[in-house]
Amino acid sequence: MREHRGIFHKIDWVLVGIYLALVITGWVNIYAAVYDENHYQIIDLTQKYGKQMGFIIAALLLGLGTLIIDPKFFSQFAYFIYGFFLFFIILVIFSGREISGSKGWFAIGGFGIQPAEFAKMATCLALAKFLSTFEVDVRKPENLVIALLITLIPALIVFLQHDTGSAIVFVALIIVLYRAGLPGYVPLALIILPVLAILALLVNKLILTAGLLLVAMGALFFIKKRLKIILTVIVLFLAGTAFIFSIDYGVNQILEKHQRDRIQVLLGQQIDPKGAGYNVNQSLIAIGSGRFFGKGFLQGTQTKYNFVPEQSTDFIFCTIGEERGFVGSTIVVVLYLALFIRIIQNAEKMRSPFARYYGYGVASILFFHFAINIGMTLGLLPVIGIPLPFISYGGSSLWAFTLLLFIFIRQDSYRHELI
Amino acid sequence: MERTLANRKYIIIGFIVIVGIIFVIRLFYVQILVDKYILSANNNVLRYMTQYPARGLVFDRNGKLLVYNEAAYDLMVIPRQVKKPDTAALCELIGIDRGEFRRRLEKARNYSPYLPTIFEAQITRENYGYLEEKLFRFPGFFVQLRTLRKYTYSVAAHTLGYIGEASPDLIAKNPYYRSGDYVGISGIEKSYEEVLRGKKGMKIRVFDVLNRDKGSFREGKYDTASVAGIDLYSSLDADLQVYGERLMTNKKGSIVAIEPSTGEILCIVSSPSYDPNLLVGNIRKKNYTLLLQDTVYNPLFNRALMASYPPGSTFKLVDALIGQKEGVLTPDTRYGCPGGFSIGNGKMVACHAHPSPLDLTMAIQLSCNTYFCRVFKTIIDNRVYGSTRAAYENWRKQVLALGFGKKLGIDLPNELNGNIPTPSYYDKYHGKNRWRSMTIISLGIGQGEIGLTPVQLANLAALIANKGWYFIPHIVRAIGRSDSLNPAFNERLSVNIDPSYFTTVIEGMARVVTAGTATGAAIDSITVCGKTGTAQNPHGKNHSIFIAFAPRENPKIAISVVCENAGFGSTWAAPIASLMIEQYLKRKTTRKDLEERMINGNLINGKIFENERTQGNISQD
Repeated sequence: MREHRGIFHKIDWVLVGIYLALVITGWVNIYAAVYDENHYQIIDLTQKYGKQMGFIIAALLLGLGTLIIDPKFFSQFAYFIYGFFLFFIILVIFSGREISGSKGWFAIGGFGIQPAEFAKMATCLALAKFLSTFEVDVRKPENLVIALLITLIPALIVFLQHDTGSAIVFVALIIVLYRAGLPGYVPLALIILPVLAILALLVNKLILTAGLLLVAMGALFFIKKRLKIILTVIVLFLAGTAFIFSIDYGVNQILEKHQRDRIQVLLGQQIDPKGAGYNVNQSLIAIGSGRFFGKGFLQGTQTKYNFVPEQSTDFIFCTIGEERGFVGSTIVVVLYLALFIRIIQNAEKMRSPFARYYGYGVASILFFHFAINIGMTLGLLPVIGIPLPFISYGGSSLWAFTLLLFIFIRQDSYRHELI
Repeated sequence: MERTLANRKYIIIGFIVIVGIIFVIRLFYVQILVDKYILSANNNVLRYMTQYPARGLVFDRNGKLLVYNEAAYDLMVIPRQVKKPDTAALCELIGIDRGEFRRRLEKARNYSPYLPTIFEAQITRENYGYLEEKLFRFPGFFVQLRTLRKYTYSVAAHTLGYIGEASPDLIAKNPYYRSGDYVGISGIEKSYEEVLRGKKGMKIRVFDVLNRDKGSFREGKYDTASVAGIDLYSSLDADLQVYGERLMTNKKGSIVAIEPSTGEILCIVSSPSYDPNLLVGNIRKKNYTLLLQDTVYNPLFNRALMASYPPGSTFKLVDALIGQKEGVLTPDTRYGCPGGFSIGNGKMVACHAHPSPLDLTMAIQLSCNTYFCRVFKTIIDNRVYGSTRAAYENWRKQVLALGFGKKLGIDLPNELNGNIPTPSYYDKYHGKNRWRSMTIISLGIGQGEIGLTPVQLANLAALIANKGWYFIPHIVRAIGRSDSLNPAFNERLSVNIDPSYFTTVIEGMARVVTAGTATGAAIDSITVCGKTGTAQNPHGKNHSIFIAFAPRENPKIAISVVCENAGFGSTWAAPIASLMIEQYLKRKTTRKDLEERMINGNLINGKIFENERTQGNISQD
């Protein structure tokens, strides 16, 4: 191995470019979202855009720092880093500060640090490390259980912090497991079950069961009629039926009231434009009023005058939609898609399985944030408060996403070597 | 194996791309296909703020201010913006204690932390000046300007009227009005509402979700300015009105004075009345209820326009005019009076002791019942009309031409028609062809079904003063400028009676005052022409009525006075009318004894001082 190569050697500038584009987009829109005539200076640490400027500078330093570190460090210390952040997300439950219902914050000076954001990165590392271990195969049940534990333990802890959004993001890592060989029906089931659940809430349950029966019979008719398959189809049908009829219980008993409201609003079963539906309604009004080219920088009345809640964090996409219109919003969506695809393609080129699995982890987590956040602002998904990567206001998330991405970029610069 | 797993990247990328495409389609739908979001966006942030113009002022005929606007200031609070107020200082400023302060703030917060709520209503101007200097120290508090109607003289409540918030009915009917707007509800405020109110303006301002004002929209490009209401110049004489209300203290009834040459109403007194300043601002609701509940005094009832009285003997003037016009009466016609007029079945219309026989002048002077029963009888029995009904029809037409039995068209709301019975009424009451002149003889002396309002009575005096014409009585002489006369009242209406027929009537009226039934109405150096009436009515004692005009040549004032249940016309109504005429023509009164007796006379609480003889079944003078 040759030493003393510059830190920018073989860096994927496309990824860095997309990263910078998203970060700058974020800052500009945070500025627009919180802009008011009395505070127009760009460097004003009392305002969110001023703070975000500081966060961005710190994030860039963090990214640079990551590029200096030996790439082997991350694979060798993966479990240690995992344990380190696990410790903190447990600690934060007991000594953390509560911010908007979630007990996941450490107060350090004037800033809050949310260890859960970093735990995603740590879990990614640990999962990649485990999957890349010689002779580990997720198709073996004992290996799958360990892989699931690595993923779900931090998810459960974060859930206990009442940060449901962040907890759900860990589910994204199923994509990594799928790439590692997990049978396709597992992620398929994870897609079908929510769809079935929504249908169960919307459609008459008996009709839905009949539909399910029809699908089962069709399957039996077309597929080879072997006893094992027949039994599987019957078991699946019964499980599906049981799921349909237990969904009401689940919604009413397990979910909390505000979560139940959000789901019902989304399904149109509850109309409450000033209550639970307020966020989504205002969000759609803001985005919809942007039209094709948007209202222009600082011209967004909806976001600028605080009609949209959490406009600089979870609902930042509204500002983009309102001021940049369909064109700007689409460009942002395309930028994200480019980022995900680039990461996956780079990951596939990795000779090191660790780096490859880690790359998939990075793509999965960023993608989940993207999908849930924009899906929520567009009224396609229930309101789940998680940030839009690189764009939303906030130090913890920006730093965590930067670390997540730059560790990958660092691995990528060594893609031809086995680490 | 590893190769097939590597192919899974296409499935994963495919999934990601599908999600991206769904988002783009959704964006296209929300941003381009549907319009409802952009419309909602406008409502969210622009606030249309109405600019209320100042209501027009009302002046009297001499340019004295009758109705004006006074600024009132509401102290408003936006609870969320209140920051650790120096409670003690603010409490002292508005005169409340600390507990009350907290209670009000809590109440406002319960309503809305973001929206302004009235903290202290209608602060006086003096306190406001003081408060304004200190207010910057209390964030969250601000002062909002409102205007209150104010009345300089505390008189003419019924005429000037009052304003109140527009009712939901009105808002539904008239798109000009919005909830919270003020609108004239009675009097001039109602009949001249569209002139007085001016034109509302609109300011468009941008607000954020916390209701914070972010400035005007597009630099005020779409704002419209309000246009102030137009001032009115009333024909009222404030001094005369004040004097009239003083004279009517503790009496039920009314005084209406008209300038005969113009039809301009000089005063309208309806007693009992109330102070118009009681129905202003935040005390209006409470006071209105109290006034409404007062069924003994009925202060809200405008007798001058809305009460119908039998005119009694004042109606004999009408008989005299129509009789002459119909050719059944000349000034020299003489009738003897045997102390009454027999109407058959042993009944008679009684008359009082006076010389007999009488000519027309003396009959008016002495108000002979017999004489005018005969005049009325000859009018109705006039054979040229062929039937009683036709003759009566003709008589009624003549009477209506004098402004009776229908609305005069005065520029005040709720004027009453009065009543001159139709022939079909008698057909129904007595049966077709079953009524004759004798059946309805009481009409001849202003009794029976006949009913006139005090304004109609005053107008009778005015048209006699003018010898046969009148202008519709009106209360607003000029609009906008004191010399731009009210265009609605510039038509001289003829009563179709030759001026010559008035000569004898006026002579009779002059003698009423000099040597007839109302000598108490005489004024030195002014020739007053008048006629008393003592109207029998089902409500108790006779109404005391007097109509008059003065001076005889070139009359300046025509007046009617009605004192309910006060007895003879000569006892109360005539002296009051006389004092009013003196006050108006001389701007002072000399008969202080009479004046004092009139003002102090309490006719409401049953204390009638005069000894009066038992009334006959039909009134007489």
